[in-house]
Amino acid sequence: MSMNADAKQQYQASLNRVLDAIKLKEPDRVPLIPVVEAFPYYYAGLTIQEGMYDYHKAGAALDKFYADFHPDLGWDPVLMYPGKIMELLDMKWFQWPGRGIEDPNSMYQYIEKEYMTEDEYDELLLDPTHFIQSKWIPRSFGALDGLKYLALRDSIWFGFFNTFPVFGRKEVQDSLQTLLKFAEEMNKWYTFLGEYDKKMENEFGVPLAYGAWGYAPFDWLGDTMRGTVPILRDIRERPDKLLAAIERFTPIAVEASINGAKASGRPFVWVWLHKGVDQLMSKEQFGKFYWPSLRQYIQELVDAGLTPFIYVEGSYHKRLEFLREVPKGKVVYDFEDIDMFEAKKVLGDVACIAGNVPNALLSYGTPAEVEEYCKKLIDVCAPGGGFMMDTAAMVDDAKPENMQAMFKVTREYGVYRR
Amino acid sequence: MILDEIKEALIEGNKEKVKSCVRQALDAGLAPSAIINDGLISGMQVIGVRFRNEEIFMPEVLVAANAMQAGMNIVKPLLIGDVEIASKGTVVMGTVKGDLHDIGKNLVIIMLQGSGFNVIDLGVDAAAEKFVEAVKQHRPQVVGLSALLTTTMAQMKRTVEALKQSGVKVMIGGAPITKKFADDIGADGYAPDAVTAVDLTRELLGLG
Ligand code: B12
Repeated sequence: MSMNADAKQQYQASLNRVLDAIKLKEPDRVPLIPVVEAFPYYYAGLTIQEGMYDYHKAGAALDKFYADFHPDLGWDPVLMYPGKIMELLDMKWFQWPGRGIEDPNSMYQYIEKEYMTEDEYDELLLDPTHFIQSKWIPRSFGALDGLKYLALRDSIWFGFFNTFPVFGRKEVQDSLQTLLKFAEEMNKWYTFLGEYDKKMENEFGVPLAYGAWGYAPFDWLGDTMRGTVPILRDIRERPDKLLAAIERFTPIAVEASINGAKASGRPFVWVWLHKGVDQLMSKEQFGKFYWPSLRQYIQELVDAGLTPFIYVEGSYHKRLEFLREVPKGKVVYDFEDIDMFEAKKVLGDVACIAGNVPNALLSYGTPAEVEEYCKKLIDVCAPGGGFMMDTAAMVDDAKPENMQAMFKVTREYGVYRR
Repeated sequence: MILDEIKEALIEGNKEKVKSCVRQALDAGLAPSAIINDGLISGMQVIGVRFRNEEIFMPEVLVAANAMQAGMNIVKPLLIGDVEIASKGTVVMGTVKGDLHDIGKNLVIIMLQGSGFNVIDLGVDAAAEKFVEAVKQHRPQVVGLSALLTTTMAQMKRTVEALKQSGVKVMIGGAPITKKFADDIGADGYAPDAVTAVDLTRELLGLG
């Protein structure tokens, strides 16, 4: 791979910019960190279906994006999840063009259901690993249904006389075969991503945005196990069990994120927040069910030398005081729907803030409107540092000229020093 | 009185109690329509008011809605024909095609029902033709469209256009929607949340 001196320099400049902003210092200019999802592929004229079924096409499409846009943190083609590999598993909670969605240009979608029922809390609490292996995995992946027969925790002493023979069952063997095949394919994908990451660094001079992903402990349980509405009902109907499960999950969530960041060797952990939004629970409920475990999670990540990028989806107007309770200069809050002026006031001396350029504006507005919005953000949030430019939510169908306007105004108007 | 008990149990979100009280009421010979109007719906009305005043939040609303559903499941089969459920008007609600988000839409429905409107729910992923069909069938005064994705906002435009001929009033909402977008696509109204959605519905119906 070619090593381009300009790229090297750009890479370092971008990274420094971001690190300064995180440390609440003024960089040379406001960093640009848009989380782009489908946008680069639409921009290059590739369908989502093609992107999900041909890694190299996805890579080539992203090349075009990076040739024309130069963000300070970028995403590799990781968000074009590999369709074939997911097909192999017969994933139940996901559909995409190629499986379940007809329109080849539609984004993939998560399908919500109760993959853990309301009466299964005790089972989960008794042994989360066994519950996940014998219930959650078989329900989530049709091709791994055989794993429900395994009960390795009963192997102690001569228990293995009973627990090992199930490996002779056809269903178990089929599932294990699928896993072997999956691992093989997955390695190919990871190799491809690893190569792309090097290309981003060496050719485009763009640092990779993420080292690992994570979720708030409440969302671990709420997203793919209980579902949004059921977990909200649990707040009223079985609060003690819910709290116990969240407590149980917190160290597991911490461990997963730390292990992920260790494996990649990169310290930025993106944490996608879902169920704690203003509309879904009261402030008291947020303070009791959502925040304490998230706060602990953030603290432990920071203690491990990592930088949590808290991607705050939805509206968080009523949560600002909570968000202050994190170590100073170590955390990024990337907001969707919030009063950024208020956020700067409340959080400015504690955490770097980002986000809030409305996606609807990027899709349906004009470049002049985008420019005006971004200028206001810069006026209010940039002074003193601790601010990065990002869109409100992940970008799918923005107008290219509006994305360009956001980049241009940040480059020109977001300058602290030449 | 038993109807008050139903109402209280519903407000508490106590599904089991609602069920047993509804059965008791039926055993005592109360009319199913009375159980619905003066027990379940009047409980939901209280929920609507408390939610509007921010005394209660989503979890409380959801358990109440669940309790209401449980009660309805018992009573509904016993209704003969189209009973008189006091209604200020009919609203057809749905999430547009390609979009599976329904929490916001359901909340709007709960609030509308709590305010005495009759609501037909088309669920999620509802195509323009489905709305057109529902308007023909149910003759609502108002149609409400919900969308949470920028990519499905375009479906709102399509649906508004498809409904133009029928003359029905169309309101739209969802997190990415703005007043300006509503104006641009020719919708009759936009509301940012479930509480104002009820006000908007009243306004569109000229109920002041
Ligand atoms: C919960 C949630 C989900 C749940 C939905 C569960 C369900 N049964 O609805 C799940 C996990 C399934 C989900 C899936 C997805 N989601 Co989602 N989701 C959310 C989240 C966090 C909250 C939405 C919510 O329920 N809010 C609470 C309710 C009460 O508020 P509300 O919906 O805004 O409704 C209120 C008002 O808008 C108004 N209103 C609503 N409808 C109407 C209608 C009328 C007529 C009126 C007058 C008013 C009105 O009144 C309501 C009550 O006050 C939002 C974040 C956000 N910004 O909203 C993302 C969000 C909407 N999701 C998003 C995405 C991308 C997705 C997925 C595509 C993710 C994926 N790749 O799988 C899928 C899409 C599936 C699909 N085809 O729809 C993005 C959209 C970004 C974009 N570019 O548009 C968001 C913004 C998150 C983000 N920041 O990236 N999601």
